[in-house]
Parts: sequence; structure tokens; C-alpha cells
Amino acid sequence: MAQIQEDQTLDARDLLCPMPVVKTSKAMKELGPGQVLKIVATDRGAITDLPAWAETTGNEVLTWHEKDGELVFLIRKGGEE
Amino acid sequence: MPDEQKLAQASGLSEEEVRRIVREELERDRKHEPAAKKAAIIASKGTLDWAYPPLILATTAAASGMDAHVFFTFYGLNIIHKDFERKLKVSPVGNPDMPMPVPMPTLVTALPGMGPMATKMMKAKFRGKNVATIGELIEAAQELGVRLIACQMTMDVFGYVQEDFIDGVEFGGAAAFLAEARRAHVTLFV
Repeated sequence: MAQIQEDQTLDARDLLCPMPVVKTSKAMKELGPGQVLKIVATDRGAITDLPAWAETTGNEVLTWHEKDGELVFLIRKGGEE
Repeated sequence: MPDEQKLAQASGLSEEEVRRIVREELERDRKHEPAAKKAAIIASKGTLDWAYPPLILATTAAASGMDAHVFFTFYGLNIIHKDFERKLKVSPVGNPDMPMPVPMPTLVTALPGMGPMATKMMKAKFRGKNVATIGELIEAAQELGVRLIACQMTMDVFGYVQEDFIDGVEFGGAAAFLAEARRAHVTLFV
């Protein structure tokens, strides 16, 4: 699979619920449909919270992985491109 | 004869297809239903620990594209009081689940100084874990457009005036809450 390039990165490390979701929603407002936001978080609640948020808001979690204790999410903004 | 069978006969589709179409339509409709985008929460408690759940849920609802309303009543008014920093406390009295540095009998927790100590400990613990402060959550809520509504009746009972509350707070009563709650799938009493 080709590497997905993010358009913006959000550093949500050290933040706890609900701030990763709050900051993600704010950062996502700056992007246009189809653009990709990369989120780096350390709150393990984000593993379920960010996909749940994406489902509610019509955005798409493209992929996520864990690296050195950090959770990295790529979320594509929904809507008409 | 069930409706699906009648529809299947009239349309020439199989009953299976009719059921699938109905299911998909319901699913599509659910996404557009206004009530799915509204949350009405009552915050009735005025301690530091109980100030968190309504604010966390309201900010998350708003961040998820929902209209969120929080009605502050009785002791919950502490949360939006201008002096919330000082008013929101925790007490180990009658709070057997509260972790203490050393095990202690309930009577001891009632001694003078134990309440402030417990409040200080909880704040330090939250800060240590980097949990947002109540001030930060209120700021996030207001930025996200969460409507913060103070219950007028309990304000009068406790002798509060509108100026006692942080900027942006609205004022209303039970009817104002119910007007929102009847159109909200998410209604919570905290």
C-alpha cells in the first residue's frame, strides 16, 4: 500500500479524554474534504474514541498504529471533494 | 399478512429485497434525525470530581457535531460560578471509594483540614496525569458552542444573581430543559 501523506499533524500527546477528540475536531475544521489529518496521541482511550468520533462525524480512520508508546492515527475528512 | 409480504407482492420484489430496502432506509434516516444530534445534560452536583462528567460529555458531544446543552441546577451551579476554582472541592467524608494515602477510619476523615487536603490531593493527581482542569473544560465547551444554562429557581434559593456566573451563561427553568430534552436522544442526569 502506498504511503498516505497527511495534510496536517496534530500533536495530542499527553492529553487525556476528552481533549484528543476536542482538539481533533478543531483541527479537522481547518481541512477540506478528502484531506488527511495525522494525530499523535498517548491516551489509550483514543483507540476507541477517535474511531467512534470519526463514525459520528462522517470522517474516516484510514489507519492507525502504535509506535514507541505513541498512537498514530490518519483520519480523512469526509464530505464531497 | 405482514406489510413486507404485501409490498413484495405488489412490487414484484422478493420479501428479502423489501426488507433490505426498508432496513437501509431506516439506517439512512437515523443519520439525519435531528434528535441524534442533540444532547441535554443536567449537572446537579457541585464537587470537583462530579464537575467532570457533564463537562467531558458536553464537550465531546459538541466536538462530534452535536448541539449540547448543560443545565446546572442545585449544587451543579458551583461549576459555572465565577469562583468555581474555590467552590469545587472533594470530601473524603461519606466517600469510601476515595483513595487515601494511608487507610483511615471514617471518623478521622471528618477532622478539620481533611477536606482541603483531599481537594488538594485530587487536584495534584489530575495535574500529574495532565487531565484538563475544570477551567480548561469550560473554555473548550464555550468555544465549541455548548450552551450552559443556570437553573433560575435554585439560583434564587441559594441567593445567586446572574452576575455571579461566568460570561456566556444563560438562565432558564425546567421547561427550558424539557424543550431541549424532548428533542434529544441523549439526555443525562449527573
